[in-house]
Amino acid sequence: MAGIVGYGAYIPRNRITSEEIAKQWGKDPGSIQRGLLLKEKSVPGLDEDTITISVAAGRGALERAGIEPGRVGALYIGSESHPYAVKPSGTIVSEALGVGPDLHVADFEFACKAGTEAMFVALGLVEAGRVEYAMGIGADTSQGAPNDALEYSASAGGAAYIFGKEHLLVDVLETYSFTTDTPDFWRREGEFYPRHGGRFTGEPAYFKHVMTATERILEKTGFKPKDFRYVVLHMPNGKFPLSAAKQLGFTKEQWETGWIVPQMGNTYSGSSPTGLAAILDVADPDDLILITSFGSGAGSDSFVLRATELLPERRDRAPTVRQMLDGTRRYLTYGQYAKYREKIIVND
Amino acid sequence: MRDVAIVGAGMTRFGELWESSLRDLFVEAAVEALTSAGADHLDDLYVGNMSGGQFVGQEHLAPLMADHLGMAGIPATRVESACASGGAALRLGYMSVASGMSDVAMVAGVEKMTDGADVTNVLATAADQENEVYHGITFPGLYAMIARAHMAKYGTTDEDLAWVSVKSHHHGSMNAKAQFHREVTVEEVMSSTMVADPLTLLECSPVSDGAAAVILVPLDQAKKYTDRPVRIRGVGQATSAMALADRRDPAALDAVAKAAERAYKATGLAPKDIDVAEVHDCFAIAEIACIEAVGFACEGEGKDAARSGMTALGGKIPVNTSGGLKSKGHPVGASGVAQAIEIFEQLRGEAGERQVEGAHTGLTQNMGGSGASSLVHIFERV
Amino acid sequence: MPSPRYWREVPNRYRLEGAKCADCGKVTFPARHVCPDCRSANMEAMALSRSGKVVTSTVVRTPPDDLLMESPYAVAVVETPEGARLMVQVADCDPEEVLPGMEVSLEFRLIRKEGHGGIRCYGHKAVPVV
Repeated sequence: MAGIVGYGAYIPRNRITSEEIAKQWGKDPGSIQRGLLLKEKSVPGLDEDTITISVAAGRGALERAGIEPGRVGALYIGSESHPYAVKPSGTIVSEALGVGPDLHVADFEFACKAGTEAMFVALGLVEAGRVEYAMGIGADTSQGAPNDALEYSASAGGAAYIFGKEHLLVDVLETYSFTTDTPDFWRREGEFYPRHGGRFTGEPAYFKHVMTATERILEKTGFKPKDFRYVVLHMPNGKFPLSAAKQLGFTKEQWETGWIVPQMGNTYSGSSPTGLAAILDVADPDDLILITSFGSGAGSDSFVLRATELLPERRDRAPTVRQMLDGTRRYLTYGQYAKYREKIIVND
Repeated sequence: MRDVAIVGAGMTRFGELWESSLRDLFVEAAVEALTSAGADHLDDLYVGNMSGGQFVGQEHLAPLMADHLGMAGIPATRVESACASGGAALRLGYMSVASGMSDVAMVAGVEKMTDGADVTNVLATAADQENEVYHGITFPGLYAMIARAHMAKYGTTDEDLAWVSVKSHHHGSMNAKAQFHREVTVEEVMSSTMVADPLTLLECSPVSDGAAAVILVPLDQAKKYTDRPVRIRGVGQATSAMALADRRDPAALDAVAKAAERAYKATGLAPKDIDVAEVHDCFAIAEIACIEAVGFACEGEGKDAARSGMTALGGKIPVNTSGGLKSKGHPVGASGVAQAIEIFEQLRGEAGERQVEGAHTGLTQNMGGSGASSLVHIFERV
Repeated sequence: MPSPRYWREVPNRYRLEGAKCADCGKVTFPARHVCPDCRSANMEAMALSRSGKVVTSTVVRTPPDDLLMESPYAVAVVETPEGARLMVQVADCDPEEVLPGMEVSLEFRLIRKEGHGGIRCYGHKAVPVV
C-alpha cells in the first residue's frame, strides 16, 4: 500500500485582519467576522509566491521523509497563482529542492482543488510502481478583487506531500473524485482577479461536490463519520466547511483541528492540504482522517487516511502549522497590504 | 626609471553642471592643465573614467577626448578601476614618463553623472554583481556595513561619523571649486535623512559632474614648464577580495593598507613624514577606515581624528583640505586626479585659505568599489 | 537580468552550493575554481546549511529603481556554520532590528524581477530565528 512518507507546510508571516480590510471599504467588521467567520489572513510578501511557498513546504516534507531528494521521481504543483503563464513552477521548485533532474514535473490548475489533484496523481504513480517517491504540492498566493467578499479570505500558503510505499507516516486507505462542469468561479487569461457567481458558489457548487465526494468515499470504505478522529473540508471561508461538516454528521472535535481558515484565510489550492498538515501535526497512530477538497469549475477529491506509528516520531523535523499560525506575525495596514499585493500602480 | 613631476593642473568646478557634457568637462580641465604647464603637445594621454558607458552611453573615451582636445593621433588610453579610475590613470601616466616612453603625458579623470542614469545602479556595478548587487545592496549600503562592523569592533559612534562630515564641509567651504560651500553641524549631519543605516545623507558624497587633469614630465625637464614642480615620489597599488563577505574583516580596508605600505616602501617614507593628505572619503566611515589603513591613526582610533582636530586644517595631519569627496564632490572617475591636484596646490603653496603651512610632502589615497582596489601616491615639493 | 546569466547561478542561488578546499579547508560561497586562501584547484562542492549569524548589516533606504517597492530593506553579511559568508537580504522583520550577532535561517525567496515581462529571479534571504 502507498501512503504519505513526508509532509510540510508553509504560511507567510504577514497578516491582515478582516477588520482592517472592512474599515478600508466602510464595512462593518463585526458582520464580516460573523458572516464569514474570518479573523485574519496570511499575506505573501513581495518576495513570496507559489514557487517560494512550494519550496518551503517541500523542504519540510523532505525533512520529515528523511529520504534522498534524488529518489523523488515526480513533482506536481497545484495552484491558481503560478507566477508564469508559460514556464512551469515545478522546474524551479525541483531545482531548489534538489529532487531533479530525473523527474517528471507538471503544474496543475483546478481552482482550489489543484493541490489535492497533485497529491492524487503523485499517489497514483507511486501505487502503479512508476516512481519510487512522488511529491504533490498545493500552494497559492490567492487573488481576490479589492472590495469583493473574496478579499477577506484570499490568502497565501501551501503544503507538500511525498508519497511512497515504505516507512509511511500515513496510510492512504481510499480516494474518490467527483467532477462536473459548474461555472461558479473563474478567471480568464489576462484578468487580475477571479470572478464568481455569488450565491451560486454555494449550494450547486461547494456543497454539492464536497458532500457528494465525502458521502461516496464513506460508502466506498464502509466507514461512518463517527469512525474518524479528524476531518478537513475545503475552507473557502469559515462558514461553508462547518455547515457541510454538520450536514455530513461530523462534530466540532473532528473538524476544529483542521479548520484553520479563521486565522489563515483561504489559501486556495493550499487550503485543505494545509488543514490536513495541521491534523498530521497532532494525530496519534491509528487515527482515521478524512479530507475533501473543492475546486470551482467544479470538483472534489476525497482521501481516507490512517496515521501510523511513525508519524509522531517524524513531525518535529519541520515547523508545524500551528507554530506558523501562532508564531511570528506581522500585521499589515491596508496600505502595506495594497503594496505587498502589488495593487498600487507604478511606472515601469 | 626617471623621476617624474607634475607641472600643470586643470580642474572644472565639481557639482551638477547641467551645461556641460562629458566631453565638455574633459576639454575644460585638459585645456586648463595644458595652459598652466605651457605644454604644446602630449606624448601620451590617460583618461580615468568609471562608467561613461552607463552614465551617458559613451565608451571608447580615449580617442574621443584626444580628438576634442585637438590632438587626434596621440596615444590615448581610458583607464577603469571604478572610483579609483583617476588614481589608476595617474599611476599609468607616471609609469609612462618614468619609463622614458613619453616626455609629456596628461592624466585626466572625468565623469558625467547627472544626465539621467540610475546612479545607484551604475555605481553598484563596482560591487560583485552576482553575489552582492543581485541581493539589492547599494554603495551607501556597502559602506554602511563597513561602518557597522567598525562600530561593533571599535565602538565607533554615529557622532564620530558626523564629525568627519563637519570637518569636510568646513574645508570645502574654503574651496571655490567644491560642490558644497556650506558648513554643517554635528546635529545637522546626524539628523539628515538616513540613506543606509547608520549612514545619513550628510555622511555620503554627492552625485557630481567634473573633470581634472594634470601634466606629467620628467623631473629633470620640469623647470621648462614651471618653477614650482611637484615630484611624484612613489606609488603603491593593491587589491583585496571584491565582495565584502569574502574579506578577512569587513571593518578593514586591506587594499588601502597594502597600497600605502607599497607607497611607503617605494619612497622610504612613513606616515609621520606626510604633511597633508587627500583620502577617499566617499562616505564618512571611509575616511575613518582609510586614515587607519594609511597609518595616520592606529587601528580602531581613526574614529577620534576628526573630532579631536587631528585631521583638520591646523591639526597634526590635515586630511581632505579640499573638502574631500564629501564636500568638494565626487565625479567618480575624476576624484583620483582631483586629489592629486589638491596636493599639487598645497605643495606649491597655492591653496589659499586652506593652505597647510610649510607642507612639503603629501599623500593621496584613492579607492574603487567598497575598497577592493586602491592607489596611494606620495608627492613632494621640489 | 539576461536569463543565461541567471541560469548559470542556479546551483548557488537555489541550493546554496559552495565549495570547500580539499587542501586548506577554506569554504567559499559560491563555489570557486581556485581557493582564495591557498590557490589550490582542489575545490569540492559543498552545500551550506540554511542557517547562520549576521556579521554586519544595514538598512537600504535608497534602493536601485527596480527595488523601490521593497525599500526599506535590511541587507546583511551572514556567516553559516561552515564558515562561509554570503550577502543576503533579511526579510520578514523590522529591518532596523537586524544587527550583528542576530541568528537567522535562510529561506528561498523571489529576489528580483526583470520588469513586468522578464524572468523572475530567485535565491535565498535570511529570516530572523525567533
